[in-house]
Amino acid sequence: MTPRLELRHICKRYPGVIANDDVSLSVMPGEIHAVLGENGAGKSTLMKIIYGAIRADEGEMVFDGNPIASHGPSISRALGIEMVYQHFALFESISVVENIALSVSGKFDLTALANRVRDVSIKYGLPIDPHRFVCNLSVGERQRVEIVRCLLQMPKLLILDEPTSVLAPQAVTKLFETLRQLAAEGCSILYISHKLDEVQVLCDSATVLRNGLITGTAKPKQSTPIELARMMVGADLPETHLDPSTTSDTPFLNVDHLTAPSDDPFGVSLNDVLLSVFGGEVVGIAGISGNGQAELISFLSGEVLFKGADTITLDGKDVGQLDAGHRRERGLAFVPEERLGRGAVPPHHLSDNAMLTGHRLGMVKHWMIQRGKANDFAAQIIRKFNVKTTGYESAANSLSGGNLQKFIVGREIELGPKVLIISQPTWGVDVGAAAFIRQALIDLSRTGAAVLIISEELDELFEVCDRLHVICQGQLSKSLDRKNTNVEEVGLLMTGLKSNPNSNIGEAV
Amino acid sequence: MRFQIERRVEPSSFMRFAAPVYATFSTLVVGSIMFALLGHNPADTLFAFFITPLMTINGISEWLLKASPLILIGCGLAIGFRANVWNIGAEGQLVIGAVCASGVGLFYPDPESALLLPLMVIAGMAGGMAWAAIPAFLRARMNTNEILVTLMMTYIATLLLSLLVHGPWRDPDGYNYPQTALLPDAALFELFDPMYRLNTSIFITIVAVFAMWFFTERSFFGYKMSVGGAAPLAARYAGFKQSGSIWMGLLISGGVAGIAGMAEAAGPLGQLSAQISPGYGFAAIIVAFIGRLHAVGIVLGGLLLSLLYLGGEAVQLSLGLPSALTSIFQGMLLFFLLASDFLIFYRFTPFPKPIKSGVT
Repeated sequence: MTPRLELRHICKRYPGVIANDDVSLSVMPGEIHAVLGENGAGKSTLMKIIYGAIRADEGEMVFDGNPIASHGPSISRALGIEMVYQHFALFESISVVENIALSVSGKFDLTALANRVRDVSIKYGLPIDPHRFVCNLSVGERQRVEIVRCLLQMPKLLILDEPTSVLAPQAVTKLFETLRQLAAEGCSILYISHKLDEVQVLCDSATVLRNGLITGTAKPKQSTPIELARMMVGADLPETHLDPSTTSDTPFLNVDHLTAPSDDPFGVSLNDVLLSVFGGEVVGIAGISGNGQAELISFLSGEVLFKGADTITLDGKDVGQLDAGHRRERGLAFVPEERLGRGAVPPHHLSDNAMLTGHRLGMVKHWMIQRGKANDFAAQIIRKFNVKTTGYESAANSLSGGNLQKFIVGREIELGPKVLIISQPTWGVDVGAAAFIRQALIDLSRTGAAVLIISEELDELFEVCDRLHVICQGQLSKSLDRKNTNVEEVGLLMTGLKSNPNSNIGEAV
Repeated sequence: MRFQIERRVEPSSFMRFAAPVYATFSTLVVGSIMFALLGHNPADTLFAFFITPLMTINGISEWLLKASPLILIGCGLAIGFRANVWNIGAEGQLVIGAVCASGVGLFYPDPESALLLPLMVIAGMAGGMAWAAIPAFLRARMNTNEILVTLMMTYIATLLLSLLVHGPWRDPDGYNYPQTALLPDAALFELFDPMYRLNTSIFITIVAVFAMWFFTERSFFGYKMSVGGAAPLAARYAGFKQSGSIWMGLLISGGVAGIAGMAEAAGPLGQLSAQISPGYGFAAIIVAFIGRLHAVGIVLGGLLLSLLYLGGEAVQLSLGLPSALTSIFQGMLLFFLLASDFLIFYRFTPFPKPIKSGVT
């Protein structure tokens, strides 16, 4: 049988990095083929090359036995290659069917198209109302729209780029059913992921990338996760140690019945949030992004002031009306999920970025910067947190995402905070650095600080947290002890499908 | 060979310095073409434009005299620009500074007083600051766009000046010219040499250059402002107030523009007139950008723009070329500079070979 797609010796170089180096793979019709790799391994680049969105420097592509001479997205669509990107390309202010109409060629007939959308979505178990506005859809529903849009084109090859990163566990199971049905009908699927368990459940074969190179191929269903991880990471996965903790008597960070209606039509209103974080413990907030995390974090950090937020106390004192700087003076430290532009100033060098929040450690005297002290502080962070850089004079935007995150986390920890709030601590960070950051957070809490982690990665939260909350549609669940809960329960709470008897989540849904 | 544009891994520090040179060179090339089209020999005209004015001591004196306000205002503007505070109305603040200072000079009870000149400096600075405080207040409190407000305030300032010199402040013995009486001697900056117009106000500019360098490179407030300019969300994250930067950026730039206006009235003009400035406040924006918002660069940029003014006047007189040339050169310089800046962040690389076709 001719392979559906064959890649031969694909190379793609960017200044300072080789994204793909001599990559060859082949996918048979009806095969679900995983492309595994860590963040930055070159998976997304390879998929964009296949789709024709970017051009390879070298190599060749053969589709159904025919070589592709000049490539581009329109040629892909003509051949039957469709791609669902990690970040959706939907217009928020128009309806589902109008969005789809934009990418469908042929006669413009919304009614007929809406019927086709409904048929396809029912056939593949992706229920979606074609007339709803995209702005009212959850992330999972938006993804369905993207997939339905591809399916309408009767694809021969469907590319999915980390499709489950935005989905709750239950939605993942549903998506997999759809994908299996598609494959059974002969459609080939390229499934990009860094999640081993998913690949093992779903995929027939896997190609593993590391630093742009193929480090192995496998039959995931017959391999152990450890074998796959070793190919992906190049070493055994490091483990974190969660020692038992003794917590402070009173909470260091306390939020008492915070209710905050949102002015922004796309924002999320917070409803009666109750949260206490004690010294000596790590508390996690799980949830699918866009359920009020951003709003809660900006109220906690003091970046957004809100009259009704005066119920926030830090170490027993009201801080609800203090700005971010004043809260920091009272022992709050914070790592935002946006590293460039919020946690760090992109064009400034690391010494300046160390000063961004570190200036309180005696770096300013008589309104003048003590440059030597700032340099020392930056050097100390670089050394202690293993930041790979040429020195404190490198610009923040010259560091890789993981290294910059280590620097920012290091800076906030070195401030010796009473309370550390950290959002998405290991997003886009490679496995080694992620383990390092997680351990650093646990260690900080074990020295007596209160640590609050907001993350979408359930595995991560289960690894480092003593207690968990789940946020869904602006409501925070009651506290769950990590030892007495499981991924299943948290997953249900994340989707709002399960009402927690002692919380108010059930009433809202 | 085809080329493609590619983002540099790190901004090129070589290009950061080379870009102004490229821009100057491109301006000269296009300028030459323009001269040729006007029927003049480009080489001779460029010589008359850029070299001849500097061949006399008087030329040097005029060069520095005109560079001084450009550099002074440029330093003030750059402080704001670094914090994304876009004061486009330095011209208006200059005018109000000149008006306030001249008012003190004309109506101070003791025209012989040694206090007169310092008082005029203070009045000029206060006037410029007050004029800039209006857009600062509107931006900090009501989030208006300071680009528009400062620009519109410039027109108000110019008309106010016009009203004064055509009306109540007009010199009764001035043959109806729109200007005030001459300022008393004690209200004027001392000349280095009675033959030439260069005066001691240039020391204010020199101090301002050092102060600006110190503020931007060494002070914590300057640091906070640069954070706000480069990454507003990071400033909010660190708890630096944006309103502080807005006030500081506008008051500093307004204050120095006011001093520059005062120095015109108390310097080469010796009185307040309807034409107090040949557009120094606007040209200083170009100076600040050519100078990369750095003190040293601003000095060089100010000298270059001043030379453009001189050269423009010189070729008007000697070759009968139109006065619009000066504005055209200023515009081209800024245009090419912004275009060359692209090369700091991007570079051209050969287009990659397309994927080979044919089965092997």
